[in-house]
Amino acid sequence: MILLWLLGSALAGVPILAFWGDGRKGRWLFVAINFLVLLCSVLAAKDFLQHGPLAAMGEELRMDAFSLILVLLNSVVGMMTAWFSAGYWQQEVQHHSFGKGRQRLYHAMFQSFLATMLLALLSNNLGILWVALEGATLSTVLLVSLQRSGESLEAAWKYFILCGVGLAMALFGTVLLYFAAQPVLGTGARALLWSALHHHAASLNGTVMALTFVFILVGYGTKVGLAPLNSWLPDAHAAGPSTVSAVLSGLLLNVALYAILRYKSLADAALGPVFASRLLLAFGLLSLLLAAFSMLRQHDVKRLFAYSSVEHMGIICIAFGLGGPLAIFAGVLHMLGHSLAKSSVFFSVGRAVQESDSRELEDLRGILASRPVLGWSLLLSILAILGMPPGSLFLSEFLIVVASIQQAWFITPLLLLGLGTAFAAILPRLLQMLYGAPNSPKVMLSSKDLRPAFLQILAVMTLGIWIPASLDSWMHSVAGILQ
Amino acid sequence: MHPAIDWFSLPSLLKFLAAWMLLLSFALLAQRRLLSLIHLLAWQGVTLAVSTALVAELTGDRLLWLSAALTFALKGLLVPTLLHRLLRRLQVRGDVEMSLNVTSTQLIGIVLVIFAFALAAPLSGALPAATHGMLGIALAAFLLAFLMMITRRKAISEVVGFLAMDNALFFAATSATLGMPLIVELGVALDALIAFVILGVFFFHIRESFESLDLHWLEHLREDQ
Repeated sequence: MILLWLLGSALAGVPILAFWGDGRKGRWLFVAINFLVLLCSVLAAKDFLQHGPLAAMGEELRMDAFSLILVLLNSVVGMMTAWFSAGYWQQEVQHHSFGKGRQRLYHAMFQSFLATMLLALLSNNLGILWVALEGATLSTVLLVSLQRSGESLEAAWKYFILCGVGLAMALFGTVLLYFAAQPVLGTGARALLWSALHHHAASLNGTVMALTFVFILVGYGTKVGLAPLNSWLPDAHAAGPSTVSAVLSGLLLNVALYAILRYKSLADAALGPVFASRLLLAFGLLSLLLAAFSMLRQHDVKRLFAYSSVEHMGIICIAFGLGGPLAIFAGVLHMLGHSLAKSSVFFSVGRAVQESDSRELEDLRGILASRPVLGWSLLLSILAILGMPPGSLFLSEFLIVVASIQQAWFITPLLLLGLGTAFAAILPRLLQMLYGAPNSPKVMLSSKDLRPAFLQILAVMTLGIWIPASLDSWMHSVAGILQ
Repeated sequence: MHPAIDWFSLPSLLKFLAAWMLLLSFALLAQRRLLSLIHLLAWQGVTLAVSTALVAELTGDRLLWLSAALTFALKGLLVPTLLHRLLRRLQVRGDVEMSLNVTSTQLIGIVLVIFAFALAAPLSGALPAATHGMLGIALAAFLLAFLMMITRRKAISEVVGFLAMDNALFFAATSATLGMPLIVELGVALDALIAFVILGVFFFHIRESFESLDLHWLEHLREDQ
């Protein structure tokens, strides 16, 4: 029941914001709706604690520990983004003089993006999962092209076509899965339910499942931003509003990876664990290295951190590719830490870009002296993303390196090379941003708007030191769910 | 003694339609005129609808009739008409530039078909008899549409390639697996429709900003900029 409330409140927000999503009331309505969603997901977590996995609508919706963790993460980051957006969007509206229609479009599409991602996480039907991810893509296309400038249109077109092709491949993979499931589960909607498939996964045809997983990995992998299919990602991040970059990096990439992992658990049971794990490891390493070296020559701050998202997705893929309880625990922790830290990076960077009216790293200098609050939020969030203790990314990266030494020592040097290169790419830029010769900003904006960024950094640091007992047990049980 | 082949039995008709689908995919690959591209796309939609209807008859699944009607209305009529209108409103004319000439594209296409059949061959053991070879054809049509997208330079023809890809997917879903669950099919159809509307809006924006639908304009975002 609570699942329906959760999904319903998120979906109902879309038409509400489409009608009343302009001006001051629109911005606060957006916050209120996402607060309600957060409340519902906390209640769902409470239900989960009492009853275990929840289901609704005859197993069409289902929430186990893995989806619960990501639902909570999505609603927390969604709420924080809405809060940050209240100040950020006001400034954007003034700067670009967006009309009422454009403001409603922004809020409605943003809400539809958040709602479809929730649907993707809660759906037990792998067909609906695809529909939801496609819906999320379509909503963000309109968000990326919001400015209607040449650059944003080009980025949105590239995003649309590349992710469209990727999703078409994923749909082919879904069809193939249905094809494999028919002899075992018969026709009808049951044959696409993950829980039913997982129960019978060992009897699925191995050859078909291998082909399915390849299509799914390439298809949803485009959305995750795995190399070499990541060329849409930096463009879309740079061209869209920073709030959109925050949720693209923080949430969408996670949800697409979640879809791949659901399929991986089925492929593992049908084929043995080697096939899918090796593919995931290879794609993960390639993304990590490619992104890390691309970061060295970026001069646009948002593109820099977009590549950093590709790098982190690579690390997470390596964790899940390694498999085993330790690596999977680290992978889930890294998903959490990356989402929280990366969205606060984009909040801070977005604010800095607004104040200087430029995305060039050259123009963002000496922030710590002239604007200490913004400087600190940049410093803390970027250090967290670099994997500095006490942030939780330090813990998860450490665990992943340990797991790689235990299970596949030959990838450890490559992993360390990637991490080191990313560090070397970001740290000098960070220092310049903080301490370089000051550059007077075009406008000075209230630093109160940065509160969500600080709250999220606090959460990352807390997770690095102390993980709540219930969250810890959920994260431990993910390994069991995915096997 | 060979049993006489029943040319008009449902499975053989279905196979005939599959072959026709593949032929249309090749025609799309060879066609240079935008208007004819849209006509070919409409034919593909109609073929898809007829084959869905055949599968409905074959399996006795009532819901598939609905899906066939939906396919006919959407892919056979609505989308081509809208594309046609769009073409007229935007006053795009003439031929499509290709980055590769027709002969080499066709040759690559043949290689793709062989590849698709090689990939699908080991799977046909798991298939119901009526749908032998269908998966290979669907996969081939999918790859051909993909090839078309890569080799064309105008935004509209890229979209036609995209829609042809969608058709191939639906063909795989109905003919090779004898119909996906209805809820999924409805969702997919809805998404396709929304995507199409967004595309239409997009064309106008692109044209406004660049005064052309040629994708050459969309090549500013490069790595080292």
